[in-house]
Amino acid sequence: MNNHKTANAGSATTPRGEFETKHMRINVGPQHPSTHGVLRLVVDLDGERIARIVPQVGYLHTGFEKTMENRTYQQCVTYSNRMDYVHGFGHDLAYVLSAEKLIDAKVPARAQQIRVILTELNRIASHLVFIGTGILDMGALTLLFYTFRERETILDLFEMVSGVRMNYGYFRVGGLYRDIPEEFVAATRKFIAEFPRMLQQYATMFAKNDIFLSRTQGVGVISKEQALEHGLTGPSLRASGVPLDFRKAQPYSGYEQYDFEVPASKQGDAYARFMVRFEEMSESLRIIEQALDRLEPGPVKDPDRRISLPPRSELENSMEAVIFHFKLVTEGFHPPRGEVYVPTESARGELGYYLISDGGSMPYRVKVRVPSLINLQSLEPACVGGLFADMVVNIASLDPVLGDVDK
Amino acid sequence: MIDSLLITFLKALLLVLVLLGAFAYMTLIERRLLGRMQHRFGPNRVGPFGLLQPIADAIKSVFKEDIVVSAADKFVYFLAPFISITFALSAFGAIPAGPAGSFFGFNPWIVDLDIGLLYVFAATSMGVYGVFLAGWASNSKYSLLGSLRSSAQMISYEMGLGLSVLGLIMITGTLNLREIVDYQSGAYLLILLQPVAFVTFLISAIAEVNRTPFDLPEAEQEIVAGYLTEYSSIKWALFQMAEYVNMMTGAAFISTLFLGGWRGPRFLDAVVPGISEWPFIWLILKMAIFMFLFIWLRATLPRLRYDQLMRFGWIWLFELAMLSAIVTGAVIAFVL
Repeated sequence: MNNHKTANAGSATTPRGEFETKHMRINVGPQHPSTHGVLRLVVDLDGERIARIVPQVGYLHTGFEKTMENRTYQQCVTYSNRMDYVHGFGHDLAYVLSAEKLIDAKVPARAQQIRVILTELNRIASHLVFIGTGILDMGALTLLFYTFRERETILDLFEMVSGVRMNYGYFRVGGLYRDIPEEFVAATRKFIAEFPRMLQQYATMFAKNDIFLSRTQGVGVISKEQALEHGLTGPSLRASGVPLDFRKAQPYSGYEQYDFEVPASKQGDAYARFMVRFEEMSESLRIIEQALDRLEPGPVKDPDRRISLPPRSELENSMEAVIFHFKLVTEGFHPPRGEVYVPTESARGELGYYLISDGGSMPYRVKVRVPSLINLQSLEPACVGGLFADMVVNIASLDPVLGDVDK
Repeated sequence: MIDSLLITFLKALLLVLVLLGAFAYMTLIERRLLGRMQHRFGPNRVGPFGLLQPIADAIKSVFKEDIVVSAADKFVYFLAPFISITFALSAFGAIPAGPAGSFFGFNPWIVDLDIGLLYVFAATSMGVYGVFLAGWASNSKYSLLGSLRSSAQMISYEMGLGLSVLGLIMITGTLNLREIVDYQSGAYLLILLQPVAFVTFLISAIAEVNRTPFDLPEAEQEIVAGYLTEYSSIKWALFQMAEYVNMMTGAAFISTLFLGGWRGPRFLDAVVPGISEWPFIWLILKMAIFMFLFIWLRATLPRLRYDQLMRFGWIWLFELAMLSAIVTGAVIAFVL
């Protein structure tokens, strides 16, 4: 540092009665308690006020896109959910939608409804992490444990259907890996019945707390124009007054059948970003409830043998089934040449997989439009001019997941 | 009865040992209580109910590698934790814990100062030098930010703290803590006479001991650990000790000034004769109330921002304490 020495040396040249002040450049992260992972920020501080902020990304670069180009379309599902490990089903859904569009798969209604249920449950789980850690970043410890308690229930549901609590790999191009277990519907309905009461509990713990309000209201304001210029999407964009939600704007996976609101706000401050996500959880609950009501027994895979594996029973008496099975397992399916992009609404914003097929069994190019990385650009308009303590609130309120940023 | 120098010395030694023991178990109590409030167990592996956890922690702290920043100002860097702990420990000495001669025939206080109140103020506010020097000597930006914050915070809160007791001094007419306790046994508890001052004093005291929601100097989520960032091993533990001892001193000080100190409620004398005069127990009970309050607040509240804290200190606490002092003065001058 040695700031005092250099400042003394410089003061000889400054006019009398004026201090020469220098900005202090401070390195935040990649090892820092509240950068939500390995985000690194180079911050210039004027006292405690932020003069300049430059995010440095890439500390969690995993090369998933490149890896996916060397895997068959079906195998890629293993990688997609590992990028955003907090909203894994969102990534799975985005990937399979693109791949299905490429090969023109017909996904049965039951599979689509189950996908919606799981994605929305995961959205709730993701927002729970957001609220818990966001308040933790302001110094309140307890809410984190409450939100993680409810998230635990959701993870139990995921374990029920996919066998794991993270990195699910449950969706398949053309449907699902298998049908949901019988007890899943009852367990989900139980959760839906209990959860609104928990939301009330959270609201009393933070939404009316004076200190929380003063820490977030008017802090980190991103105007509508700034948000659009910087490509902000998702709940943060809706908090800035643009009610863009791809579930409404370009419905996919049957979202057009469900009746739900898109919470939005005009303030564009950290408080609005918190509350938009908070209200989204109730809307997700509504969607899940409607999807559960529509759920009817049926297949969960595209019956097309070129896409889905034949059932085990067919293998013993059908030669064709054995051939399809062999082809799918050894090299996978071959979509026609072309490129696709399907935008979806993840818990963080616009998420889409841009796939290019050269007719082979592996994607020629995979490019993921991840919301976290692009949303991070808005950190600058939100932070500059604010205090150092506000920076932490702003990072939290933009809700980046570093796996999603660096991929 | 004036104690001999040797007795005073022995009592001081005993007090230090008791305070350090209390510090160790306060960390356990705090972690267990936080666990209860947060749907988890807290430390319960080491010994029954985790009772040996503080000992394990102490051994760990002592034997950890002591990393010294190479660019640090070595002398001040070593000095800072000692300043903190010395003044934290010495502040407690003036607080009486029972009636004269009740501690095996000796007085249950170290020194009976006529300016006891000022002495406690002086000793506790010296603690900020430890914090400030630690941040400056570490030669680290996070430490520097932490120490600057704490200096600014201390200045804003000393005002509220000092003004809060002004009315109290006018009423009791003494700065001797023992006499303030005696006054309260004769008349009302001072919390009833000075409710506003009690609130401002309590809030200022929380800020003084750097607890949530005023724990800015070590705001983990912003400046990592503030002035503690570059400290490790036993020097880090000394700062932790100082913080907890300050908490205890603060709790005892508030109890003494506003809640009748070491005296218990009179009506209990009807049940057990003389119970309100028993030494230690009442002071510890009253301290426990405030210690619990500190922990409870930590589990509940987010942290204030630096500028908000300053504004709160200067606009609300300062003005309220001032108003309370003026009203008290006016009542004493014109009404009584």
